[in-house]
Formats: sequence, C-alpha cells, structure tokens
Amino acid sequence: MKARNADLWSGLALAVLGAYIIVQASGWDYTGPDGPGAGFFPLWYGIAMLVLSAVLVASSLLRAEPEAVDWRGAGRAAAVSAALAVAVALFKLVGFAIGFAALAFFIVLVMYRRPWPLAAAVAVGLAGGFYLLFPVLLGVNLP
Amino acid sequence: MDILSGLMHGFAVALEPANLLWCFVGVVLGTVVGVMPGLGPPATIAMLLPLTFLMNPAGAMIMLAGIYYGAKYGGSTTSILLNVPGESASVVTCLDGYAMARKGRAGAALGIAAIASFVAGTVGVIGLMLVAPPLAKVALAFSAPEYFSLMALGLAMVVLLAGRSMLKALLAMLVGLWISGIGTDPFSTTSRFTFGQLELLSGIDFVVVAIGVFALGEVLACMEGRGESGSLPVPKGLRNLLPTLQDLKDCRFAFVQGSVLGFLIGVLPGAGSTIASFISYGVEKAVSRRPEEFGKGAVEGVAAPEGANNSETGGALVPLLTLGIPGSGTTAVLLAALVLWGFKPGPLFISENPNLFWGLVASMYIGNVMLLVLNLPLVPLFAQVLRTPGYVLYPVILGISIVGVYSVSGSLFDVSLVVAFGVLGYLMRKLDYPAAPLILGLVLGGGMERALRQSLMMSQGDLAILATRPICAAMLALAVLILLIPLFNKLNAWRLQVLE
Repeated sequence: MKARNADLWSGLALAVLGAYIIVQASGWDYTGPDGPGAGFFPLWYGIAMLVLSAVLVASSLLRAEPEAVDWRGAGRAAAVSAALAVAVALFKLVGFAIGFAALAFFIVLVMYRRPWPLAAAVAVGLAGGFYLLFPVLLGVNLP
Repeated sequence: MDILSGLMHGFAVALEPANLLWCFVGVVLGTVVGVMPGLGPPATIAMLLPLTFLMNPAGAMIMLAGIYYGAKYGGSTTSILLNVPGESASVVTCLDGYAMARKGRAGAALGIAAIASFVAGTVGVIGLMLVAPPLAKVALAFSAPEYFSLMALGLAMVVLLAGRSMLKALLAMLVGLWISGIGTDPFSTTSRFTFGQLELLSGIDFVVVAIGVFALGEVLACMEGRGESGSLPVPKGLRNLLPTLQDLKDCRFAFVQGSVLGFLIGVLPGAGSTIASFISYGVEKAVSRRPEEFGKGAVEGVAAPEGANNSETGGALVPLLTLGIPGSGTTAVLLAALVLWGFKPGPLFISENPNLFWGLVASMYIGNVMLLVLNLPLVPLFAQVLRTPGYVLYPVILGISIVGVYSVSGSLFDVSLVVAFGVLGYLMRKLDYPAAPLILGLVLGGGMERALRQSLMMSQGDLAILATRPICAAMLALAVLILLIPLFNKLNAWRLQVLE
C-alpha cells in the first residue's frame, strides 16, 4: 500500500465514523425542554468529521507522489499487538505475573531474537520485580 | 495580619521539625506518585487521609499539599524518559521531552522540567500569597459561557499542535471529541456510543487513551526494528546531562509565561492543569522564533507546560481556601480533609486560621526548594534508564502501562482498551496523524459540551449569550484568531512568492 492510499483509506474510515456519529446522534434529542439534548454536540462534530474526511479523501486522490510502506515492520508491530492482546486475556486466567512473564519472554525471544535462557531470565526477573514493587511494597493491586 | 508578618509567622510554623519532616515526606511521596502512571494524587491523598487524623492539622495539610505539588514534579519523568504520561497534564511534556530523550538530551529535558517546576511552584505560591482574595472574586465571575469559551480557546491550540497536516490534526481532535462523548450523557442519562458494553457507560478514562496512544503506540513503533538493542543515546559526563546556559536562556520566557498562565488558569475552578499546560505550550510555540522545532525536541516545549502544570497548584488552592470551591479531584479531596479536621474554607479562612494558611504557604516555598534539591541530582541517574537495552525497557514500559491503568479502574476491560488505543496510536504515527490534538479533544470535549449546553440553557437556546458577555466574547475572538493563523501564514507565503 502506498501513502496516498493510506490517506485515502484513513479518510474513508473517518468518513464512515463521521457518518456513524451522525446517524447515532440523529436518534437522540437535538433539543429538549431544558435546552440542547444528547444529540446536539455529537451531531455537529460528526458533520465536521464527515466534511473534513471527505476533503482528505479528495486531496489524497489528487496527490501524485506515493511513498512505500514498510510491511515487514508493520507485521512485527502487529505481532506484538497480538501478543499483548493474548497476555491481557491470560491475566484473567493465570494472573498478571504469569501473563506478563509470557509477554516479556515472547518479546525478548521472538522480537529481539535473544537466547531463550536470557529471555527466561528477563521474563522472570521483570514479573518478579513488578510483583515486589506494586502489590508488596506499594499495595497496588495487579490484574 | 499583613503579608510580611503572615509569611514570617508561616515560616515559624513550617520550620518546626515535625512540619519540616511532613513536608519532606509529602514531596517525596508526591514525586513517587507522579512518576507512576495512574496512581494520581487524589487517590494517594484519599488513602492517607485516615492517617492524618492523628496529626496536627497544619502538619497534615503541609504533607498532603506536598503530595499534590510533588506529583507535578514527578509527572514529567516518565513522560520524558518513556513517553508514558504520569498524569494528564504531562501529556504535552511527552511531545518535546521524549523527542529530546531520543536525541540524547533526556538529562537536559529532566533538568529543565525540574527548574521550570521550581520557578513555577514559587510563582504559584507568591500568587497564592498576594492575590488570593481578589482573584477568587474574579474566578466567581466565570460562568458556563466563559468556561465554554476558555475550552474553545484550548481547542484552538490544535492549530499549534498540528504537524505537517492541519486537516489530519483537526480530524484527530474530532476523534478525541467523539471518545470524550462515549458513555452516559450527564444531562439526559442517554447512553451514547457504548456499543452495548456496560463497561463503557461510565465513559473512557483519559489515562487509558493517553497511555495507549503515547506509550503503547511508541513501543509498537519501536518494535518495527529488527531486534536491535533499541536503547536511546545518553551522553557521558555530568555536564552533558544537565541543561546548558543556552537552554536556560532559551527558556526564560517559557518559565515566566508558563508560571503566570498556569497560576491564572489554576484559579478557575474546573479548568485544570491539563488546559493550562496545553495553552502554555501553544502560546510558547506561537511566540517562538523557531516554531518548527516544537515537537522535535524544543527545550521551551518542556519548560512552558511543566511551568504551567506546577504553578496551577498554587492557583487551584485560591478558590479552595478562599471560597471553599474545589477545582479538581485533588483539591476536592483536600477540601474533604479540611472539613473533616473541622475547618471551614471560605472568605474568612485566612483570618481565622493564620497558622494553617501561612504555614502552608511557607511550607510550599520550602517544599519547592526540597524538590529541586532532590530532583536535580537525580537527573543523571534517571537518564541512565535510557541505557537499558530495548528488550528490557519495552516490556517494562508495557508493564508500567498495564499496572497504571489497572490501578485506576481495577478493570481488565480498561487494560484491553489500552491495547486497542495502542494500536490506534501506532496507526496514527504511521499515517502521520498527530496524537496531541486527539488528547486535547478528549480532555476538553466533555467539559466543553457541558459548558455549551449549560450556556444555552441559561439563554434558552440563544447563541448570542456567547457574544454578549465580554470575557466570553474576547476569548472566542482570540480562539478564532488562533484558528486563522495557518491562513495568515499561507497568505504571507503567497504574498512573498508574488513579490519575488
């Protein structure tokens, strides 16, 4: 995907969001007996979003110089995002310490390609450090 | 009691060994609280409140106020080093503070933040001491239309926060306004944009969005590299870790305007340090000779918002002590503390409780000196954090972010939202959408809608109320002028082109 297309797609996504806001706001009171209703403010920023995103889409179509996108880098970022999502799901099942240790292990081993003993040491050390600092020393609850 | 004798009396109270100790405990605790995202001063003061019943009220107030302004000091540390805003007012510090850290100037940024905080803290205390009663009366003249125009002025700062594309900055701000509208409408109890999720009925906390967009977004962007160590440059030698004389010279206006603006905005109940820091940053960029450097590591971009953030504390104590009106979560807890100790904040508070008021004022002078003495020597130590290899540093940032969000709400749903906002922050970076306008829209959106609707209720739907009240009209006119700056710049560039 080229940057020109990126602007086009982000503009379209924002136009859809603007349209959604307008549709939702239309279902709420624009004015009530005491003054403006729940739909008053969202309707206006929804309209502004739709108009501005249309301008962005139009300007991206008129622009000539596309730039390449680093798909490999984006894939790495997507992998960490997915690992984070899995870790959050794990917090509910196994608690913060184990879920966070698994996340740290993944980052060191897979993303940084460090040897597994180092990854394990970092994961255990960080999870233990967080546990000692927050619940034990500061009395802050962890997931 | 006149000001000078009041101050002398205050120093006599504040310099008592027990009160000095409480001041020290307060500022150290405050610094720790400020460094940690999520665990803010209101929660800490509320947790410590029961313990203060055993203390002398002057000592207790000195300690709790120390936590309040100490947290402002600490808030900049994680913003500069890790791009993790410790509290909402520290978001603006991320913009140039973290950019400085990436250029190997984390020490200078931390040092400037500490000095700006010291100058502003002192200005705030002087303001509190000299102009508390008259300013409190001015603050009372602010009603819903004036608050709306103040927030509109704050939103107009989007022009100054925009990167390469004004259009994208405006769109990001509108997304921020939309996020601020998620939850239950406070006027009609209508659920808005909740997608059927019960957890969204109470809205999305600012901390969730700020940590996601700034901290997680940054981590995801850094993960794009192919396994490099990822540590940021830190220069060797103490001299290279502290601000230079040129830095101090560059920041002299920022120190002053940040301090004065922060104090004045702090006096307005409900305006808050976040608006103060955004407006101060915008003003600094507007008057700067090198506005193009802002967002890329301009030292004034750290000094101005940090100054505003800190002097706001002194300003916020004005309506609290002289009118009994808390302007923020922290001052609301402080008000509760005063009432529980048997005091009645109001117009007679200063004359009826000189020990407490002047003791507090004097302790804030002392506390600010303590904070500077504590923080400046720690700058080189804090800067070493950036030497940590990426495979340790980034998991630590993720852990701090998760714990910070969970400590605020105790909700795993909010932790999931942080991940979603992290992805949004990453996409915004890649697509060249600036993050600061989104945060600006989010912070100001709720208050702005509330103030607009209250204004229109007052006028029975007549928008003329915004133009006929002098303060309101002046601020709206200023907001329009600021919004027109890009147009003026384009016209000027076109004029120069024609002349050539």
